[in-house]
Amino acid sequence: MNKELALLAYVTRLGDNALILAQRMVQAVTLCPELEEELANANFGLDYIGQARLFYSYAGKLEGKGHSEDDFAFLRDAHEYRNVLLLEQPNGHFGDMMAREFLFESFYLLQLDALQSCDDTGLAEIAARAVKEIRYHLRHVSQWIVRLGDGTDESHARMQQAINDHWPYTGELFSADAVDVLLRSDFNGPDLDVIREQWQANVAAVLSEATLGKPDDGWMASGGKQGRHSEHLGYLLAEMQFLQRSHPGANW
Amino acid sequence: MNSREWPLYEVFIRSKAGLSHRHAGSIHAADDQMALDHARDTYTRRSEGVSIWVVRSSAIVASDPAEAAAFFEPAADKIYRHPTFYEIPEGVENL
Amino acid sequence: MYTQGLDQQGPANERREGVESPADIAAFQARIDAEEKIEAKDWMPAAYRRTLIRQISQHAHSEIIGMQPEGNWLTRAPTLKRKAILLAKVQDEAGHGLYLYSAGETLGTSRDEMVNDLLTGKAKYSSIFNYPTLSWADIGAIGWLVDGAAIMNQIPLCRCSYGPYARAMVRVCKEESFHQRQGFDIMLKLSRGTEKQKEMAQDALNRWWWPSIMMFGPSDTDSKHSALSMAWKIKRFSNDELRQKFIDVTVPQAEFLGLRVPDSELEFDTATGHYKFGAIDWQELREVIAGNGPCNRQRMARRRKAHDDGSWVRAAARAYGDKQAAKKAAA
Repeated sequence: MNKELALLAYVTRLGDNALILAQRMVQAVTLCPELEEELANANFGLDYIGQARLFYSYAGKLEGKGHSEDDFAFLRDAHEYRNVLLLEQPNGHFGDMMAREFLFESFYLLQLDALQSCDDTGLAEIAARAVKEIRYHLRHVSQWIVRLGDGTDESHARMQQAINDHWPYTGELFSADAVDVLLRSDFNGPDLDVIREQWQANVAAVLSEATLGKPDDGWMASGGKQGRHSEHLGYLLAEMQFLQRSHPGANW
Repeated sequence: MNSREWPLYEVFIRSKAGLSHRHAGSIHAADDQMALDHARDTYTRRSEGVSIWVVRSSAIVASDPAEAAAFFEPAADKIYRHPTFYEIPEGVENL
Repeated sequence: MYTQGLDQQGPANERREGVESPADIAAFQARIDAEEKIEAKDWMPAAYRRTLIRQISQHAHSEIIGMQPEGNWLTRAPTLKRKAILLAKVQDEAGHGLYLYSAGETLGTSRDEMVNDLLTGKAKYSSIFNYPTLSWADIGAIGWLVDGAAIMNQIPLCRCSYGPYARAMVRVCKEESFHQRQGFDIMLKLSRGTEKQKEMAQDALNRWWWPSIMMFGPSDTDSKHSALSMAWKIKRFSNDELRQKFIDVTVPQAEFLGLRVPDSELEFDTATGHYKFGAIDWQELREVIAGNGPCNRQRMARRRKAHDDGSWVRAAARAYGDKQAAKKAAA
């Protein structure tokens, strides 16, 4: 793989992560525990859709084949998606959603922060914009981890279970493959070992404030970054892509 | 009434630097931090603000409309407190 | 100010509420006639308060239930841009529900009580949301027709005599103007698109036209709340006036789209300058209001499930908030 292809793959992955999480958030609309959280969830979803559009548009430019943001979103099959497995997991209850967002955004914020100073200006600019949105999300989500962890006995038990259930999907965030390595070496991209250390410390601090236990790193799922997904993604895409698939070439 | 409902907060937004905070509306929240977040997500969706205050509604002390006459009417006949009360002689400037 | 706490503070206020002397009522009506705004703590007849609580809470419930038919297409929106626009719109509806519940709370009821009335079926919401969204074109039709009809109803409410409601409606109307346009924009794209897209658009108009016309409520001769609401300046135009206005502006828009309005009796009357239209099937409206629309049960089931599923979260947050407050007090 050359450096141009690595950059394209990396930017596409970022778009895939943003879109798949956005789609999960969109599925939660009208199901939030309180009206004010309905507004928060939609704000976050809008931020992620916006980020996906920026990443895909940039990927289209890098690729140079005239593919639009919607071509990336709606006309690729599951095995062509490169999002991490954590984000395609079904929503579960509100605590599950908070656990997933918390674990991911604790990583994503550090990733974006590092990307702001990478050598590719196009990517650095998108990262600089996205980092502000994610800083706010993580603040909001971390507060929910603490509230639910340190709320009632029932919420504590549910939150602990949610953290435990999502933990095996966090390993993939830090396992560098060829794309990550090239982005690090040729574009001054993020150092995943450094990020992992910071992530461990930040996550541990919030979990501790939430009176929750930090799970041990045991077996970790992997494959999303290489296009080997769980069964869930196929359904998510089938639903999301159906209009584009059944009306080829139509304008909307 | 269900006492377990999240408390009500009043939201005040400064729309841009140089202006004072104005009452925007209210939200429910279980704690002060949540109130700030909810105020942000509810009342600044279209970039309406640069600063937010939230305060528990129950902490606000308000005047009683039944006493409105006693409260506000005495000020009405003190027209000498308004600059337009005074006539300025011709030839005097910057006053 | 949207403050429930304030309403319940003044014992003097409550004492006076019990007695409704003719003088109080006359003074109140004089304020209304002089276009003065009534504020939360002001004296008001109990019937005025009840009418407002009923209307504002039903309005709020309509916003909340109204998120469902459109939310039904969020996961399937055909482009990322459309997905973002639709999500912003559905979010606005949540916001509008929130503003309206807040306005209702100034009248001395709580959001919990209002929500409970919805969940137990005591309070109603707009019958239009009991119709299904079966294709993407329905999202266009809702924005264009349903929001169009809603705006006609809502703009006069910005001048409603009750201050908190009027202020909430100013905010709602400001945000809502984009809703109708995005709906028309969807219809325009479809009507200029492929044959299948045109069919989709026509089918949506066929299904949404009559329910939209019914949104203005029963005919003036049958509307039991109208007269008093008009006197109190809660309502400023009659159901039939608004309905006619809606039809007059919407029919030319349908023509522009190249779509046929499903009313064979529709005809422009040059003498009056208004469209004549066919008979409305009021039995259908009565059925939907009675709970027998295509989606009544589904909408309520989803709302109840969300409410029930969220109860442990709300309780946990409250418990945490209480703990924090206790810590702060002890420090």
